Amino acid sequence: MSFEPKILGIACNWCTYTGADLAGTTRLQYPQNIRVVRVMCSSRINPSFIFRAFQLGADGVLVGGCHPGDCHYNTGNLYARRRLAVTKKILEFAGMEPGRFRVEWISASEGNRFAEVVREFTEQIRDLGPQTQFKISQ
Amino acid sequence: MSRIGVFVCHCGLNIAKTVRVSELAEFAATLPDVVVAKDYKFMCSTPGQEMIAHDIKAHRLDRVIVTACSPLMHEQTFRKVLAASGLNQYLLTIVNIREQVSWVTHDIDEGTAKAKALLNGAVRRARLLAPLTSRVIDVNSDVLVVGGGIAGIQAALELANTGKKVYLVEKNSTIGGHMAQFDKTFPTLDCSACILTPKMDSVLQHKNITLLTSCEVSEVKGFVGNFDITIRQKARYVDHTRCNACLACTEKCPGKAVSEWDEGLVKRKAIYIPFPQAVPQKPVIDRDACTFFKKGKCRLCEKVCEQKAIDFEQQDTFTTVKVGAVIVATGYDLMDTRALIQYGYGKYPGVYNALEVERLFNSAGPTGGKVTLRDGKEPQAIAILHCIGSRDKNNYEHCSRVCCMYSLKFAHLFKEKTSADVYQFYIDMRAAGKGYEEFYNRIIEEDVKFIRGKGARVAQSADEPDRLVVEAEDTITGKFIRLPVDMVVLSPAIIPRGDAKDIARLFNLSTDRYGFFMERHPKLAPLSTMSEGVFIAGVCQSPKDIPDTVAQANGAAAEALTIVVKDKMELEATTAMVNPASCCACQNCVRVCPYGAPFFNEAKGVSEINEALCKGCGLCASVCPPSAIIARHFTNDQVLAEMEGLLEF
Repeated sequence: MSFEPKILGIACNWCTYTGADLAGTTRLQYPQNIRVVRVMCSSRINPSFIFRAFQLGADGVLVGGCHPGDCHYNTGNLYARRRLAVTKKILEFAGMEPGRFRVEWISASEGNRFAEVVREFTEQIRDLGPQTQFKISQ
Repeated sequence: MSRIGVFVCHCGLNIAKTVRVSELAEFAATLPDVVVAKDYKFMCSTPGQEMIAHDIKAHRLDRVIVTACSPLMHEQTFRKVLAASGLNQYLLTIVNIREQVSWVTHDIDEGTAKAKALLNGAVRRARLLAPLTSRVIDVNSDVLVVGGGIAGIQAALELANTGKKVYLVEKNSTIGGHMAQFDKTFPTLDCSACILTPKMDSVLQHKNITLLTSCEVSEVKGFVGNFDITIRQKARYVDHTRCNACLACTEKCPGKAVSEWDEGLVKRKAIYIPFPQAVPQKPVIDRDACTFFKKGKCRLCEKVCEQKAIDFEQQDTFTTVKVGAVIVATGYDLMDTRALIQYGYGKYPGVYNALEVERLFNSAGPTGGKVTLRDGKEPQAIAILHCIGSRDKNNYEHCSRVCCMYSLKFAHLFKEKTSADVYQFYIDMRAAGKGYEEFYNRIIEEDVKFIRGKGARVAQSADEPDRLVVEAEDTITGKFIRLPVDMVVLSPAIIPRGDAKDIARLFNLSTDRYGFFMERHPKLAPLSTMSEGVFIAGVCQSPKDIPDTVAQANGAAAEALTIVVKDKMELEATTAMVNPASCCACQNCVRVCPYGAPFFNEAKGVSEINEALCKGCGLCASVCPPSAIIARHFTNDQVLAEMEGLLEF
């Protein structure tokens, strides 16, 4: 059987989650490997969520928030941006392939962009193969 | 142990087509703590809701999972079902298997697998949910309306007539907006001023409306029910409390500037009222055009003013008003067609844009309502070019919606006021609206020539240098046309105001790809936005005609009223709280919060959160080193459990 990656998405309620809904409303097609958790703001995302996702066997993690400057909570995504940049470095330092973690700013009107990012990211993770660095076997 | 009920919606075939719904319900029944799992055709319908309510009682459910459309769609609907059945509304979980599953795949195996994973995550999360109590807050009963065009005027009057106090903010020195620039309105050809100016006057006279012209919103604080809006009153250099509108100043003023009101066709004075029926009827000084401000001497206006109303020392002032709801009605601009060099706008004097032509027809306009070219001659042949920049993938893909109709209106008025031949170059004629098709038929009979083909280029005529040539392909005959004319009217794309982006930032509105403000839901919440308590009306949402704008304005007024009519309202209970036993007193939360909700309690040596200010973003929870802050409804445990469930399959 071919490798079907498991991808965890974490999306903010106001922009990326709504953008993902828009992708659905406009019937854009994208691979079903992504499963999205909704949080109110990308700033809610604790780096431990990302590490935990990889431990749980996620082959890739995609975080989506409002475009910098357009955060529903004014400055939340600016904190998220910094924190997630550091998270990425720590992941890489700990031996994770850089391509497995991605942060994207996708607005509520960018259904197209959401579908495009998911398609691209899924392909990328498929090429990388199963994630074994962090996974804790059950 | 909890008792979970899972309710899987088919949404007709919307979900059932690409997710095996009965299999999903059977799968749900195997998950921990699930005591009942059912599927049904339309869960949001009355029988669907009744089924959930019945099962809550019959199975003594303490958690409900609805597996259906996006939570942004029906979370509130199902929360009400829980509340009515005596269950705390926050014990509901929605699994989005429509927008994010069934609509984005054609493969039923993939769809079903993903739906199972999402549902598994939801069950894990639901088990950890806690009942929450909504906060009740006081509501301010006043409303702010931003934009004094027909949309803002209509909304303000409707609200004021219900007895609510309205602040109407307009950045120009008069209200009226674009509608006040028009001479006639389609399809009835009634006089724009005759239907608008009485409304403008009502705004001025209304005891419940505070009219704030030459004003801009500079800061927005607070939230639904309790907005604190700071308004900048731009310096007018005329004290309007003294001015008696004699307008002697405008006669004497030597300063000149391009008249925005007349679309640059003529000049106005530096101290001016934009047009004779302006509301308020009081002049302002344009600092950039004023001789005194430029050269340090003149002050002629001051000398003739018997009221001593001229005040060159005036500064911008700021005031803060408290309102419960906001209506944004900031209108539109026309695309700058100079960017489309093939049409020669700005290069050939015979090329006009639609708003300039509106002013030419207007009896209060630069030509007194006579249609003459810039050299004073009457045109013999006129071409109206539709869809300039709109319905154009290289510029704006959207249809600007009103251009077909106003182009027909122009044709009629040209025929009425001149003896010119009038040609319409169109892609499709779009005449959807009450009486519009009939108007189109009427204009056809007025001997207007219709050429189905988009104007491709406007050039100077080689044979007669003072004339223009319109080039196009007539798509009916398949022939290439070169038509000599004296006047070309461009119908440019309608786009959001240049400062719409600033307004979006101030009020936290989303914008679409063109910059129009996004509605909360395109069909069911067309006037609401993602910012609770902020509503939109008119062309700032998308291009539309006057009847639709007025209808929206009335709708937005009603929406705003549903908020301010109550003294109190409930707010989401999903705020953050501090567990004092684990707080390490680092005060990270105090530093990062955009709303100043966390504060440090010196006496107790721990941080606390002012729930009235908390908006529930969860930022503080994720910067708290000992995880002492709990983001209610999105706790670490809840989010991690959901992730675990999602990744299990």
